[in-house]
Amino acid sequence: MGLNIVVCVKNTPSTLSVEVDSSTGQVKTEGLLFAINPLDEYAVEEAVRIKERVPGSTVTVLTLGSEADQAVLREALSRGCDSAVLLTGPELLGGDTYATSQALAAAIRKLSGQKPVHLALFGKNTNDGNSGVVAGQTAAWLDWPCVISVKKIESIDESAALVWRMMEDGIDKIKLQLPAAIGTIKEINEPRLPSLRGKMAAKKAAITKWTAADLGFKPESKARIARSSPPPHRPAGQRLEGGTPEELARRLVDALLERKLLS
Amino acid sequence: MSSILVVALNQRGQSNPQTWELLGAGRALADASKQPLLAVLIGATAQQAQELVERGADRVLWTGHPTLQNFVNELYAQIVLETAQKEKPSHILLPSNVMGRSLAGRLAVKLEAGLATDVSRLDGGHAERNHYNGNLKAAVEFSSPIRVLTLQPMAFAPALRHSGRSGKIEELSFSPASTRAEFVSFQAEEAGEIDLGAAEGIVTGGRGVGGADGFKLLREFAHTLGAALGATRAAVDSGWIPYRHQVGLTGRTVSPKLYIACGASGQIQHMAGMSGSANIVAINTDAGCPMMQQATIAVVGDLFQLIPSIITEIKKRKGAL
Repeated sequence: MGLNIVVCVKNTPSTLSVEVDSSTGQVKTEGLLFAINPLDEYAVEEAVRIKERVPGSTVTVLTLGSEADQAVLREALSRGCDSAVLLTGPELLGGDTYATSQALAAAIRKLSGQKPVHLALFGKNTNDGNSGVVAGQTAAWLDWPCVISVKKIESIDESAALVWRMMEDGIDKIKLQLPAAIGTIKEINEPRLPSLRGKMAAKKAAITKWTAADLGFKPESKARIARSSPPPHRPAGQRLEGGTPEELARRLVDALLERKLLS
Repeated sequence: MSSILVVALNQRGQSNPQTWELLGAGRALADASKQPLLAVLIGATAQQAQELVERGADRVLWTGHPTLQNFVNELYAQIVLETAQKEKPSHILLPSNVMGRSLAGRLAVKLEAGLATDVSRLDGGHAERNHYNGNLKAAVEFSSPIRVLTLQPMAFAPALRHSGRSGKIEELSFSPASTRAEFVSFQAEEAGEIDLGAAEGIVTGGRGVGGADGFKLLREFAHTLGAALGATRAAVDSGWIPYRHQVGLTGRTVSPKLYIACGASGQIQHMAGMSGSANIVAINTDAGCPMMQQATIAVVGDLFQLIPSIITEIKKRKGAL
C-alpha cells in the first residue's frame, strides 16, 4: 500500500533582474543561472514527508523543460524523491499554463496507468511566471479536486486527506477524497537540504523522458506574452532628515496630507 | 449575445470590496465592446444582488444556496461554468485572491480559455500583468474566444453606487453536484485585522523592528492609519509575527496606495512583493539602504522615536479636522 505521489517542479532563473530583448520584446534567459523554483522546494519536502509518514509510498518528480532542466529533477531526487520524469521536446516547450497543465495532466495519467497516482503536489507559484494556477488547471484536466494555499496536511491516507487552507480571513479545513491536487504555501514545512547520499544517488538516477509523441497529443496554448517591458521608473523621492522626532513627524504628516494619503 | 461576466464572491456572507473594482473594470470593457455587464453572485442575498446593479451590472444572477456559505472550489466552479456555458462571455473577471485563483484554473480548462492572473490593466485585446516578481510587465494576448482574468486588487477604480439604477436580478436554481472536496470548518484569525490584499495602506516592519514588542508599536501605527500590518521575511522567520503578514517573494504581493516600510532595508525578495505600491514611505536609520532609495518619502531616523511621534501627530490632526 502507500501513496503514489507526483510532485511538479520547474527550473527557473535564480536571479530576478532579467532583461528584455528590445527587438522581440521577449525575456532574455540565456546565460542566467537556473535552479529549482524556490516555492517548489516546499512541495518536494511535503511529498517526502508524506512518504515518511505513510509506509510504502513513492514520490515521482515531474517537470516540463529542456534537457538542461533535468538539473531540477536531480535536485528533487537528492532531496528524497524516488523517480523522475522530464517532459520535453519542441512541441511541449514554451507553452502557456493551459498547454503546460495539459501536458502535466497527461503525464500523470500515463503514470497512473503504471500504478495509480493518489496525489499531485505543487508549489504556490513560480518566480518567473508568478501565476499560481497550474495546480488548479492540472487538476481540472484530470477531473480531480484541488485545494491551493495549503499550509498543513493534517492527515492523509490512500483514500482521503484533511488539509488546512490559508484564506485571507483565516483557516478553512477541507476534506479531500483522493486522487487530488494540492497547492502548497511556504508555511507548510521547512525544506531540508539534500543529503550527500541523496546527491550521489541523484547523479546516477535514470530519468524517464517523454515527448508530445509519448503523451499522444500536442498541447495548444490559449495565451501568449506579446511583449515584456520593465516597469515605469520610480521618480526620485523626498527626504526628511534632521530635527527632533516631533518635527520630523509633523513634516511627514504634512507631506502625506499634501499627497492626499491620509484621510 | 455575448457579455462580460463578473464573478462576485462573498466571503462568509460578506461582500468583498474587490467586487466593486471588478464591476468598474467590467463596466469599462462592456461599454467599449457594447456588450452587457453580467454578474454571477455566489453565497449572497437579494439585497446584495441589488447593490451590484446599482454599481453597474446590467443583469445579476445570484444564489444564496446554503452549501455556498464557505468556499468549495468545485461547487463555485459549477455555478460559474453553468452560467458561462449559457451566456458565452468574452471575459470572465475574478478577484486575485485564493478563491479567484482557485476558480480561474478550473474555469480556464473547462471553457478552453486563455488565462491571465493579477491583471493590472486592460487595454484593447491585451491584459497587462507583472511577472518575474514585478521586475517586468507582460502584455498578454489571447487566441481563445473566452478569457479568464483575475484582477490585481487596487489596480482598477471601484464602481460607484447609483441608487435607483435598474437592472435584471434573477435567482439561480442551483443543485450542487456531489463533490470530492468537502468544507469541514473555519477558524478566523486575528479578528479585526485588515487583510493585506484589500488594504489601501500597509505598515510593514522589517529586521529593524527588533522583536514581537516592536510589532506592537507597528500594530498601533497601522490601527491609527486604518492600515493593514505587513512584515518582511526576516521578521516572520524570527517568529515576531505570523506568516500571513509576510510581503515578498514567498509571501503576498501587494500594491496599496500607501506602503510604509519601517526598519525594512529593501532586500530584493521583499521589494518583489511591494514595488507596485503607488507611494512608499520608508523609515530607517540607514539613509543609503535600497528601500530609502526607492521611497516616495524617506524619513531618516529611529523608528522607535519616530512612530510614537507620528501617531500623536496624526491623532492631533484628526482631532483638529
